[in-house]
Amino acid sequence: MTYVIILISAIFVNNILLSQFWGICPFLGVSKQVNTAVGMSAAVTFVMALATCVTWLLQYYVLVPLKIKYLQTVSFILVLAGLVQMVEIILKKISPQLYQSLGIFLPLITTNCAVLGVALMVVQKQFTFGGESHMLGLGESVVFAVASAIGFGLAITLFAGIREQLEISEVPKSFRGIPIALITAGIMAMAFMGFSGMV
Amino acid sequence: MSKIKLITKGLVKDNPTFALVLGMCPTLGTTTSALNGMGMGVATMCVLVLSNMVISAVARFIPDKVRIPSYIVIISAFVTIIQLLMQVFLPSLYETLGLFIPLIVVNCIVLGRAEAFANKNSVIDSACDGLGIGLGFTLSLTVIGLVREVLGSGSAFNWHFLGGDGMLIFVLAPGAFLVLGYLMVLFKKLTAKKEE
Amino acid sequence: MLLSLGVICLVCSALLAVVYQFTKDPIDAATVAKTNKAIAEVVPAFDNVPSEEVSEVELDGTSYKVYTAKSAGQVVGYAVESSAVGFGGPINVMVGFDAATGAIYNTSVISHSETPGLGAKITDAAGHFREQFLGLNPRTFSLKVKKDGGDIDAITASTISSRAFTSAVAAAYNVFLSLNSGETDAESGASKPAETVADNQNNEEESNE
Repeated sequence: MTYVIILISAIFVNNILLSQFWGICPFLGVSKQVNTAVGMSAAVTFVMALATCVTWLLQYYVLVPLKIKYLQTVSFILVLAGLVQMVEIILKKISPQLYQSLGIFLPLITTNCAVLGVALMVVQKQFTFGGESHMLGLGESVVFAVASAIGFGLAITLFAGIREQLEISEVPKSFRGIPIALITAGIMAMAFMGFSGMV
Repeated sequence: MSKIKLITKGLVKDNPTFALVLGMCPTLGTTTSALNGMGMGVATMCVLVLSNMVISAVARFIPDKVRIPSYIVIISAFVTIIQLLMQVFLPSLYETLGLFIPLIVVNCIVLGRAEAFANKNSVIDSACDGLGIGLGFTLSLTVIGLVREVLGSGSAFNWHFLGGDGMLIFVLAPGAFLVLGYLMVLFKKLTAKKEE
Repeated sequence: MLLSLGVICLVCSALLAVVYQFTKDPIDAATVAKTNKAIAEVVPAFDNVPSEEVSEVELDGTSYKVYTAKSAGQVVGYAVESSAVGFGGPINVMVGFDAATGAIYNTSVISHSETPGLGAKITDAAGHFREQFLGLNPRTFSLKVKKDGGDIDAITASTISSRAFTSAVAAAYNVFLSLNSGETDAESGASKPAETVADNQNNEEESNE
C-alpha cells in the first residue's frame, strides 16, 4: 500500500518538474518532439533508479559510519558522473540499438538536477507515506526514484505534445520560443495542482 | 575586454536568466519572495566567483579527458563550503532554500562559465566574469522574486503594504512559470527595441 | 590522468574536512540556540537553560522531548516537542505549559513543509489560528478542529494542516499530563488529570488542504 501511495504522490501530487522545478533544463530543451521526450524520460528513469540505489547505499554504509556526511554533495555527484559514463559504455557493448536511441541523452543527465535532487532528497528529508514520518528505506527510495522519473516523463511527454502544436500556431513575436513554453508549463502546473490533496 | 565590461555584460547582454536561459531550476524554485531569490543569487555568485578563479588557476594542469569531472569536484567542494557557512550564519535562509543549495553543483551556469570562460582566461578576468554573471543572476532572481511576492503575498522584501493576502497562485508553482514567462517577453521586447 | 583527478579529489576533501572542523561547533550551537529560542517563546520567564534539562518521555510508543523551565529553582513550565503529519510532511511544534495553571502558555512551530499562503499560516503568531491556543486549559476545551467536533477554528482551506497542528498540541498535552500524574509534588500545582485528550490524528483524505 505504501508503494502505491509513493507512486501516486510522486507522479501526480508532487511532480518533480511542475512542483519542485527539478529538471527544467531538459524540460525546455528536449521537449520539441514527442519522440525525443520519450527517449529522454526512459534514460532518466533508468539512471535515476540506479543512482538513487547506489547513493542510498553510499550514504548509509559509507558516509554515516565514517562520519563524513559533509562529503555528501561531492561524492554523490562523482558517483552520478561515473555511473552515467558506465551506463554509456555498457549500453554501447550490450545493446547498440538501445544506445542509438538513448545514447545522446545520457551525457545530459549528469547535469540534470532532478537526478541529484532525488538522490539527495531521499537521504535528507523525512517522508510521511503511510502515516508516520520516517526516513525512506532502500526499497521505498528506489520506488520513489522510479515514480519521480515517471512523473518527469509524463510531464515532459505531455508538454512535448503541446509544443508540437505550438510550432504550427501563430504566436506573437516576443512570445516565441521559451516564453510561450514557460507560460504553457504554468498552465500545466495549474492543472497538476488539481491532484493536490489526493494523498 | 575591460574588467568593467566583463562585470556589466552579465546584467543585460549576457543575462544568464533572460538572455542565456540557464539555471532555470533555482530561478523557478527559490523565487517565492524577493529575499529568497536574492539569497539564492548571492550563494550562486559566491560559488561562481570562487570556482571560476580556482579553475582558471589549475586548468592547465588538468588533462583534457578528466576536465569535466575535475571541474565538478572543485565546484561541489565550494558548494559544500557555502552550505556549511550558511548553516552557521544564515540558518533560516538555509532552511528555506533547502535542497537548492547543494543543487548549485548541477546549475548549468557554473559549469558553463568554467567551460566557456574560466579555463582559457586569467584568474582576475575569470573572477570578474563570475562576478558579472553572478550579479546578473542575482538581479534576475530578485526581480522575479519581487514580482511574485508583490502579486502573491502583497508584500515587498517582507514589508507588507497590503492588508490582505494577495493572489496566492503567484507564490505557488504555476506562478513561477507564468511570471518568468511574462518577464522574458518583456525583456525580449525591451532589448529588441534597443537594437533597432 | 587519473592521478590528477585523484589529487583534486584529495585536496578538495581535505579542504572540506578543515572547513567542517571549523563550522561544526557553530552549527551545533546554532541548533541549540534555535531550540532555546523556541522554548523561550512558549513558557513563562525562566532563568535556567532548559535545553540542558531535557527528559525523554515515552507515551503510546512515541518518545517526546520535554524541557523543564525553572525560575529561582521552582518549575515554572514545561516545553514539549511534538509532531504530527501535515499536508506537505511532518509538522514539528514546541508546546509550552504553565506549571502553575496547567494551561497551554504558548505554541511555536519548529519546522514544517506546508503550502505557503495556506497551511503555512500555522506559523503566523499573530493570526487567529495560533492565538486561540493561548492560555487555554485543554481540560475545559476540546483540542480538535470544529469539523471533528472540537472547539478549534481551522484555517480556511487548510483543514489538514490545522488538524495536524491541533493533534500535535493534543499529543503534547497528554505528555504533560503523564508528566504530572507521575509526580506527587503538589507544589507544581498543576491540575491532576482525569481524562486524557483523545488523539485525533486523522489521515482522512480531503479535497482541500
